[in-house]
Amino acid sequence: MRKALGLFAFLGFTLFLLAATMSLRPFGAPPHTEMDHYFITHAQEQASANNVVTSIVFDYRGFDTLGEATVLFTAVAGVLMVLRRKEVSS
Amino acid sequence: MTTTIIKTTTRILASLILVFGAYIILHGHLTPGGGFQGGAVFASGLALLIVACEDEIVKKRFEKVPLSPLESIGALGFLGTALLGLMGYTFFKNVIANSGFIFGGKTPIGINPGYLNTGGTLAYMNIFVGMKVLAGLTSIVLIFFLLLGGKKDEW
Repeated sequence: MRKALGLFAFLGFTLFLLAATMSLRPFGAPPHTEMDHYFITHAQEQASANNVVTSIVFDYRGFDTLGEATVLFTAVAGVLMVLRRKEVSS
Repeated sequence: MTTTIIKTTTRILASLILVFGAYIILHGHLTPGGGFQGGAVFASGLALLIVACEDEIVKKRFEKVPLSPLESIGALGFLGTALLGLMGYTFFKNVIANSGFIFGGKTPIGINPGYLNTGGTLAYMNIFVGMKVLAGLTSIVLIFFLLLGGKKDEW
């Protein structure tokens, strides 16, 4: 009974994945490209950087990077707090 | 743990890795990479220096390195650079770009070889984030090495 149920679930999931793969868009053709074109054409004059990725990470999506830095800070602080001993000072 | 091979390789490679990390951080607004990636490369070079030496030498060498202040300076500097945008504009506004300050040179539009003196606040944020990442990762590696590296019997 359990094996039949597992086989049924396996086949159903496989068919679902295959159907989802069939309906994927072709490589390199996302549905919405307005934002990308805006970044690529305007990043140099608005953020004044040749590297568009950096201008997105630090200018357009600055808050995201702020949260990322906070996550790293919290992780380091937690590790140091848990593992700190008297003789280690860093 | 620290064989002659590792020591010799470290003597040749460590300085090159550190220079490469600093290059990635400083050129974050021109070439692929940036603060996070360059900081990780720099921290890996420092991790090589940590792993290749004995316990006491590492302790003596890294005693004077201000890792915690570097981490704090990185976080606060990043926030402060973002707050600079409040001088008449919004948070995270690139106020230093095209202003003539350091890293504030005139940015050429279109295809150009890439000039280091551009980028505005992006370059400063890259430097601060790189400082922060290298201090954080290095302190994690250092504390793991100092706490767990010496006791071989437990592992």
